[in-house]
Amino acid sequence: MIMKIEELASLIKDGCKLATPADYSGVAMAVTRELIRQKKKKLHIIGVPTSGLQSELLIGAGCVSVLESSALTLGEYNPAPRFSAAIKSGSIKLIDATCPAIHAGLQASQKGLPFMPLRGIIGSDILKNHPDWKVIQNPFSQDDDKIVAIPAIKPDVALFHAPFADREGNVWVGRRRELVHMTQASKTAYVSVEKIVDGNLLDDETLAAGVLPNLYVGAVAEAPSGCWPLSFWHGEGEDKEHLDHYKAVAGTQDGFDEYLQQFIFDGEIS
Amino acid sequence: MSDASSKKALICFIANLLRDCNHVAVGASSPIPGAAALLAKAAWSSPRHVNILGSVKNNFLTNGSQELFDCAAQGRIDAFFLGGGQIDGSANINLMGRGEYPNNTPRWPGTFGSAYLYFLIPKVILFREEHSRRVLVDTVDFVSAPGCSAPETYRTGGPYGLLTNKAFFKFEKEKGCFSLKSIHAGSSLEDILDNTGFDFLYDKENTPATPEPNPELLKVLENEVSVKIRDVYPQFSDTIFTH
Repeated sequence: MIMKIEELASLIKDGCKLATPADYSGVAMAVTRELIRQKKKKLHIIGVPTSGLQSELLIGAGCVSVLESSALTLGEYNPAPRFSAAIKSGSIKLIDATCPAIHAGLQASQKGLPFMPLRGIIGSDILKNHPDWKVIQNPFSQDDDKIVAIPAIKPDVALFHAPFADREGNVWVGRRRELVHMTQASKTAYVSVEKIVDGNLLDDETLAAGVLPNLYVGAVAEAPSGCWPLSFWHGEGEDKEHLDHYKAVAGTQDGFDEYLQQFIFDGEIS
Repeated sequence: MSDASSKKALICFIANLLRDCNHVAVGASSPIPGAAALLAKAAWSSPRHVNILGSVKNNFLTNGSQELFDCAAQGRIDAFFLGGGQIDGSANINLMGRGEYPNNTPRWPGTFGSAYLYFLIPKVILFREEHSRRVLVDTVDFVSAPGCSAPETYRTGGPYGLLTNKAFFKFEKEKGCFSLKSIHAGSSLEDILDNTGFDFLYDKENTPATPEPNPELLKVLENEVSVKIRDVYPQFSDTIFTH
């Protein structure tokens, strides 16, 4: 259950359907760099409900075949250069969604249901272009009342970074409940944490409410500053200088390849 | 007007639009609307609840990032802000990209929650500082979220108005178009006609100037709210306040 990052990353196979959180929710960036070092292929990334630098790097490194998300944003470092290039060349398949539809699809999976209905969306080009959504009649209404049916999204793996876990693999996520939903919708979760703590997190009732129990967790690895260069839960810690550097060099494939060599293939900066 | 003072004027203008709200939600990268919501709360304790996505201090939700959408569907959010790389005269917004989908150039980040929230939040204020024919187009290239829906479509929310750095338009739901309500200092009707790519209703003789921000409200912004804004939007705060 508790293992090294390299081992955790090796459990993620080519073609894996990988659920990943938005930048505000704890992105497993150290694991992401290891996925690039292990040259993963054909990943289907699900941004829950959006994605950022993680997908940008994986796309640029050629690890991604499908991006299913409501956005890919680098925040104030937009536009994302390798994402833009991939879209221009058509090298990845896009499944563009809207945030609550990603949540609804995961919720359906979480409950073992085929789909979840959702309001809104009707009349948008998102609906027109989405391969899976269907407009159905509300079966409880006598009137014409159309609603969008979002089929279950069933990821193979939920991958994220959290503050701490115990040695049994119970992970504390606090109020970041989307991590719980995302994990319960997935076959398993691989989690990097700032630290592994002694004792069992479920023994303390005040902590227990924020615990993702190890029933759902397949692997945990310790990775201090595992979100670098992103901030963790929108707290302190965004490495502005590094992100400015990325923006400056990643505009060309050559510049991006040099970035990969320097910051990923040559090993972790500690 | 300097850039800083015109931004402060926009903040005060928006704050006045939020005075009748209980709960205002603001997206992550919207410093002017976020500042306006914090200002309205500080000045009038109305809205009572301000939720700034991505902020730790100003986010009171505890059921994960889906809770905001659940709130919206239940009618628990009164106002929200949307922008767009393109906005057209029917209040359709495009957050996807220019050109033909899926190979847009440029491609923008994506639709986020707009295709849903636009249907379910009563007062959606479209806000985009840039007022140009590049942004305010006749027809958007991609409808991330439609401004209007067929009468049988479930819709409890939609566009309230459009605010730019030149003017404020109200959206006329029955007519399905914008009407020009006020012109900001430094602009004119002619300027607005020149720089708007869609048709809109206007009164040729009598479109009022946007009122100057109330000095008392500006004082609250400078003295009380600037600190709170700095917590959430440090870079933006540095550009408009001299701390």
